[in-house]
Amino acid sequence: MAPSISTFRRAICTRVNASRFLASPSPFRNFSSSTEDSTPFTVDIAVPFKGHKIEPPPQVVETSAKELMTFFKDMSRMRRMEIASDQLYKSKLIRGFCHLYDGQEAVCIGMEAALTREDNIITAYRDHCTYLGRGGTLPEVFSELMGRKDGCTLGKGGSMHFYKKENGFYGGHGIVGAQIPLGVGLAFAQKYEKMKAATFLLYGDGAANQGQLFEALNMAALWDLPAVYVCENNHYGMGTAEWRAAKCPEYYKRGDYVPGLKVDGMDALAVKQAVRFAKEHALSKGPIMLEMDTYRYHGHSMSDPGSTYRTRDEISGVRQERDPIERIRKLILFKEIATVSDLKNIEKEVKKEVEDAVAKAKESSPPDASELFSNVYVKGYGSQVFGCDRKHSTATLS
Amino acid sequence: MALNKMFGAIRGRAPSQKLARISSQMQSPSSLRSFCAAAKEMTVRDALNSAIDEEMSADSKVYLMGEEVGEYQGAYKISKGLLQKFGPDRVLDTPITEAGFTGIGVGSAFYGLKPIVEFMTFNFAMQAIDHIINSAAKTNYMSAGQISVPIVFRGPNGAAAGVAAQHSQCFAAWYGSCPGLKVLSPYSAEDARGLLKAAIRDPDPVVFLENEILYGEAFPVSAEVLDPSFVLPIGKAKIEREGTDVTVTAFSKMVGYALKAAEILEKEGINVEVINLRSIRPLDRATINQSVRKTNRLVTVEEGWPQHGIGAEICTSVVEESFDYLDAPVERITGADVPMPYAANLERMAVPQIEDIVRAVKRACSRSARGK
Repeated sequence: MAPSISTFRRAICTRVNASRFLASPSPFRNFSSSTEDSTPFTVDIAVPFKGHKIEPPPQVVETSAKELMTFFKDMSRMRRMEIASDQLYKSKLIRGFCHLYDGQEAVCIGMEAALTREDNIITAYRDHCTYLGRGGTLPEVFSELMGRKDGCTLGKGGSMHFYKKENGFYGGHGIVGAQIPLGVGLAFAQKYEKMKAATFLLYGDGAANQGQLFEALNMAALWDLPAVYVCENNHYGMGTAEWRAAKCPEYYKRGDYVPGLKVDGMDALAVKQAVRFAKEHALSKGPIMLEMDTYRYHGHSMSDPGSTYRTRDEISGVRQERDPIERIRKLILFKEIATVSDLKNIEKEVKKEVEDAVAKAKESSPPDASELFSNVYVKGYGSQVFGCDRKHSTATLS
Repeated sequence: MALNKMFGAIRGRAPSQKLARISSQMQSPSSLRSFCAAAKEMTVRDALNSAIDEEMSADSKVYLMGEEVGEYQGAYKISKGLLQKFGPDRVLDTPITEAGFTGIGVGSAFYGLKPIVEFMTFNFAMQAIDHIINSAAKTNYMSAGQISVPIVFRGPNGAAAGVAAQHSQCFAAWYGSCPGLKVLSPYSAEDARGLLKAAIRDPDPVVFLENEILYGEAFPVSAEVLDPSFVLPIGKAKIEREGTDVTVTAFSKMVGYALKAAEILEKEGINVEVINLRSIRPLDRATINQSVRKTNRLVTVEEGWPQHGIGAEICTSVVEESFDYLDAPVERITGADVPMPYAANLERMAVPQIEDIVRAVKRACSRSARGK
């Protein structure tokens, strides 16, 4: 029997008793910490972790003023970037598909806080913020989205195909679920090359029912690969709510023989704690599955208003109760790390950064016509490749 | 798939022994001429095994993965001895999950390893075809060169004997149409060694289409071929038999049939040039066209289905580039346009036979406009 819709919606919106993280004062707390202060202090994680065949990590996580300020700025930048992309798409400067991540920023920020660039991240097509988290720049993002040659994949890939191999970011994939075995393959290679690092492969609740997920999980478990499955459960696979797509929507349990952890994906610190815990597990005991309880404000893509299958109340409810940036803002203010106007100034800075990057990207030109035939192969052996009219347009692949 | 394993282990003996005997009797002088005097013989199976062995010894990033490649010594014994030599970290037995292990192979190639993914037959690769095309073939292009995919997908392709519809499909045309892939298909032991070594060393995804019936067939191999540094160029066809009257193109097992047809036709005064394609993609259009400009007639031979097949592409290429040189319409011999039947008499009608090739060549020659 499907749960009632109102129960479901209430479950998404109302998570946190906001005062829960206002824990008893730490003996190390400074009343007016500088924003650059790296002195660690602990914060309670409000929403309890839930374990499947594993003891969850502690509900207390270490952070610092500096880290919280970085979280705030980075997430604000990501938020601004996605909003700007929305506008560019509506102005028809971005074509095709555009899947926005706003609302989900805490997942990739929390991950980056717990990982190094030796660890790998692979995801599907909602990848703009993940790319930024892995060291990508705003002009590279906007140029790529607008199909210009200064884009991160020289205009050849588009929104769904961002990569930064040197920083351990392997894309950027358009086929739902395909990134999962690819990610296990990355973990396989890390083990093969004796790297002390893990691969975090991200997928949504929509992909969580894919057969290849389980095929790859079986091999990851059999061969003890350092693979961490991360389900970014934003509760909707395109327009299909999780309870309509999955008999068992408790995705952290779906690994069966592989342990799992459910995490409040709107809490960057909870994500950081869980990811650090998962990496340790992956490197010593094998695969583990994380379910990030998160939410996307936009529809599935820019063609989806996002309101035919969920109510505006639900969306605004999550924004009010669980927004990841607001949460960090409240914590920063409570800890007196910065003032309200400090944070507003950061937001203004970030807004300008984004506007400048958009302007710069608009100046970039489209790729040269010769790029049509480049990178088909690494080594072309002088073979011929043909355009639409082969007697009119042809090239030799070197 | 379990049935196929059984059949593979048992069937490997009988027809291939027969073929080896026929082949040694009917080997045309010109194909022997291309090897040096002190010829050793090697089966295609041993050629593939030695190629994988040598490349794994030379480069620690190369590894082999597939069903039964390890402890079972390979469903068709291609990987015999490799588990013992290289250990379970480099020779991996997988569960029967093609989509999963192919994706894993491709992902490891993204990171820089050089996997050889074995499909027990290419029929099963259809379960993994999304990874072959969307994850492997297209990634270097989509990533603007950031992520290359140095992977080899190999295994038996096309009809075997009596394995019926789901185990007999030829995939050369499907993979051959895909930009970003290289598609190779060996005939002889020399081809098997040289092309597989080239495929393993190649930085791009290579689909390597073998043939189960050929595994047991022995061919003479020169010292040069046996050298660990031996490699054949990708994208180059081989003139297996020189001739003047008609060009016959073929690949894999059909090369042997074309050569036998050429022997028969020689006695009737028709001098056939047989081209062993070796490389389906890139296709060696230059060699094919050069040959047709010499002979003025073309017959294409393949085992796969006719519509949108390899012969269709070759015919069009010749019409585009050498139209004025053609003295007769291009003929094509292909598999029948049906799923593969089981009964032996029907199966025989569904796969090209030597007499089909002979008939097509004669047709190409009888329509001469210039009294040749």
